[in-house]
Amino acid sequence: MATETLILPDHPAAAAPLRQKLGRDDWIMRGAVVALGLWLIVTVLLPLWALLSKSFQAADGRFVGLANFQAYFANPALADSIWHSVWVSLLSTVICVLLAFVYAYGLTRTCMPGRGLFRIIAQIPILAPSLLPAISLVYLFGNQGLVKWMLFGASIYGPIGIVMGEVFWTFPHALIIITTALAISDARLYEAAEALRASSHRTFWTVTIPGARYGLISAVFVVFTLVITDFGVPKVIGGKFNVLATDIYKQVVGQQNFQMGAVVGLILLLPAALAFVVDQLMQRRQLALLSARAVPYAPKPDATIDRAMLAICSLIAFAILVILGVSFFASIATFWPYNLTPSFKNFDFDMMDGGGWRSYFNSLLMAGLTALFGTAVIFTGAYLVEKTPRFRAIRGFVQFLALLPLAVPGLVLGLGYIFFFNNPANPLNFIYGTMAILVICTISHFYSVSHLTAVTALKQIDQEFEIVSASLRVPFWRTFMRVTLPVCLPAVLDIAMYLFVNAMTTVSAVVFIYAPHTTLAAIAVLNMDDAGDVAPAAAMAMVVFATAAVTRAVYMLLTQGYLARAQMWRKR
Amino acid sequence: MYLCTISGLRRALVSIAAAMFCLSTAARAADLTVYTALEADQIKPYKAAFEKANPGINILWVRDSTGIITAKLLAEKANPKADVVMGLAATSLMLLQKEGMLMPYAPAGLDKVDGKMRDPAASPQWVGMDVWASAFCVNTVESGKKNLPEPASWADLTKPVYQGQIAMPNPASSGTGFLMVSAWLQMFGWDGGWKYMDELHKNIAAYTHSGSKPCRQAAAGEYAIGLSFEYRANKTKKGGGPISIVLPKEGLGWDMEAIGIMKTTKEAEAAKKLADWAATPEANKLYAENFAIVALPGIASSMEFIQGDIDKMLIKNDFAWAAENRDKILAEWSKRYDGKSEPKN
Repeated sequence: MATETLILPDHPAAAAPLRQKLGRDDWIMRGAVVALGLWLIVTVLLPLWALLSKSFQAADGRFVGLANFQAYFANPALADSIWHSVWVSLLSTVICVLLAFVYAYGLTRTCMPGRGLFRIIAQIPILAPSLLPAISLVYLFGNQGLVKWMLFGASIYGPIGIVMGEVFWTFPHALIIITTALAISDARLYEAAEALRASSHRTFWTVTIPGARYGLISAVFVVFTLVITDFGVPKVIGGKFNVLATDIYKQVVGQQNFQMGAVVGLILLLPAALAFVVDQLMQRRQLALLSARAVPYAPKPDATIDRAMLAICSLIAFAILVILGVSFFASIATFWPYNLTPSFKNFDFDMMDGGGWRSYFNSLLMAGLTALFGTAVIFTGAYLVEKTPRFRAIRGFVQFLALLPLAVPGLVLGLGYIFFFNNPANPLNFIYGTMAILVICTISHFYSVSHLTAVTALKQIDQEFEIVSASLRVPFWRTFMRVTLPVCLPAVLDIAMYLFVNAMTTVSAVVFIYAPHTTLAAIAVLNMDDAGDVAPAAAMAMVVFATAAVTRAVYMLLTQGYLARAQMWRKR
Repeated sequence: MYLCTISGLRRALVSIAAAMFCLSTAARAADLTVYTALEADQIKPYKAAFEKANPGINILWVRDSTGIITAKLLAEKANPKADVVMGLAATSLMLLQKEGMLMPYAPAGLDKVDGKMRDPAASPQWVGMDVWASAFCVNTVESGKKNLPEPASWADLTKPVYQGQIAMPNPASSGTGFLMVSAWLQMFGWDGGWKYMDELHKNIAAYTHSGSKPCRQAAAGEYAIGLSFEYRANKTKKGGGPISIVLPKEGLGWDMEAIGIMKTTKEAEAAKKLADWAATPEANKLYAENFAIVALPGIASSMEFIQGDIDKMLIKNDFAWAAENRDKILAEWSKRYDGKSEPKN
């Protein structure tokens, strides 16, 4: 039964039976791959290791085995949080994915009017910190809520508020994935279904859903992970309903009990890591679905369906706009709800908690540096991992390290950073409490998605470029600067934009490592809300949103013209 | 030629990295890291006045609620980051004193400080700044709508009519919360105090992180009554909140805000200057804008919306007892009210 496995070479050069002598380029590239690997080990792997080892130690650093875990499970309030987290996340996921599916269906499979506008509105939640929807929900459904009656006497503080806030905040994430999945379906299947006179109902369940199933599954895992690890929404609106994410914060910031924080962090790491593994396995199977002969599906107008979808999508879009609008009105009202005269009183951040306007400028700087350095490191890194000849084991390991952050919740990463970088014995201790550690942590936190974007773009470039360059004895960095980078410019700019927006809005990882002179805007929102300055918190959240939205709009306007010219070669 | 491009690129990168490094650790010769639980809207004038009087010293505040600052200081005991602790509850400073973390220092002008408002030692480890005391913020609009009578005493708060109408700070994180709990245990006795809190708990809608939040929430009508402290009540009313301020008639819980120097500070000279400044009449005049009672006797306070003589209403407060039993009190409190599962909505 001995079978030979045929391993296909990943590019022609590797097929040569004689080992090529390694040239200067190869050595430089290998050196760079190793350097990248070391960088990721220091910024991702070692902090996680520090967290893991801390959970087995007492406060004085003694090894105590599972004692911390025993203490955790012996505390009913803490152990309850696991169950709370799981069911709230499941419920949010189901609702969010269902809504996103309907919305995505409207965008991709119908001819309803205003699809472009609907697409833009759906992106709004991504531009705001997750604290914003929670604050808006308090204004809508709190005890002074505008439409409090809609809850029929139930309290918004607790699971209801958490689920509503999380659905809002994760909606764009689910929508992007499902839209992509629905957009790639094969029109021939629908033609076949029609020829076989299948009812539209039957076509939906036997063609549409199976075609989108990997997208749906992926969306489920992404949303579940986002919800269970999010801390902004439950912090603001959770009331006495404890979840894992708020427990970590309470243990670490409230009680300075770092060991217990590490224990909760590890427990939170489990579902996130599990979701990541399952999703990776699923995505591997997805590839087989695409065939070269597929014909893109083009929806035909259908008055009934188009109108129905328009109604549903309008409702969802309206809800998104209301949530954004409420925070806006609360932030410009003089004294909600008693004095609604507009004023900028709530924007006088310097008299409030959170570090004032300085936090905002810190955030801008942090987001700018993250976009600049992050894009440089991640894109160059992806290039090296993709294009370095042979060197498989190391490249594979670096690839694994690049994807690892996807499975690590921000709170867990941030906690790991305290343990690793705040250790006086660590030679890198000097960056603790600086802007640099915030930038490094944020790059690591959002590394994986950026890396995958870069890899996808790089895979589209024919390997021939490298081979031709090499045979002309052009050094690789010249090919990189002259060919690869310009060709991949859309992806590079997307990565920069993604990093900028996320750095502006993130709370989870940086909340543990900011210092008095490096306070950030999104964290100021949290601190102001904690001190009861809810309207100023809404105001700061709006400032963050406006910054992200304006940046994004300017980016779109600028790049549309430029990219059209730079990418002209793609057209015939 | 290629090498030239590379070195050019590298030079650019190195200079950017250097710039980033400078941004993060720009030269700060006499930076004083001060841990504080003072309110965010108080620290700005204090900092400005001190830095004007002491050019070259720059205060870097680390501000959070009393419980969190206390926990942070204790957790960092092996490697303290703070130079000075200013505007923290005396009960918390006494804990640090017990742990041997404070430096004895007699600031200039110590002899003028009210004897009850300092560590009695000749070189005190902490010196008081002002007294802050509990107060209710009662939303008049919501009380009218809901037909709530205005509470006049702690005992009134346990009446069934106030069910779900009261917000109170969590004593584990908030100094304002802790001084209330400590006052009840001293006024009503250990068992009586817990019995009172059991009754009160039935009416509490939310335990907040900060001592200011209940008053702000009451002003916004989120809850009808917020248990808070007089500075925040006065300030909130001044800011347009429709509240009336009630000082409960059984007596006010209170604590002192105080200053102490960390033994481990590397900026001892600058730290001493801050301690000196904190005991000056200028500083006390600033405190008096916020509080009724300050460390230097005879400085008039200006709290326009606080009626009643706070000085006479303060309970007899045994700080040593409160500091000694802080951990025990908070553990008992958490066990009774924090771990309690979510009330039915």
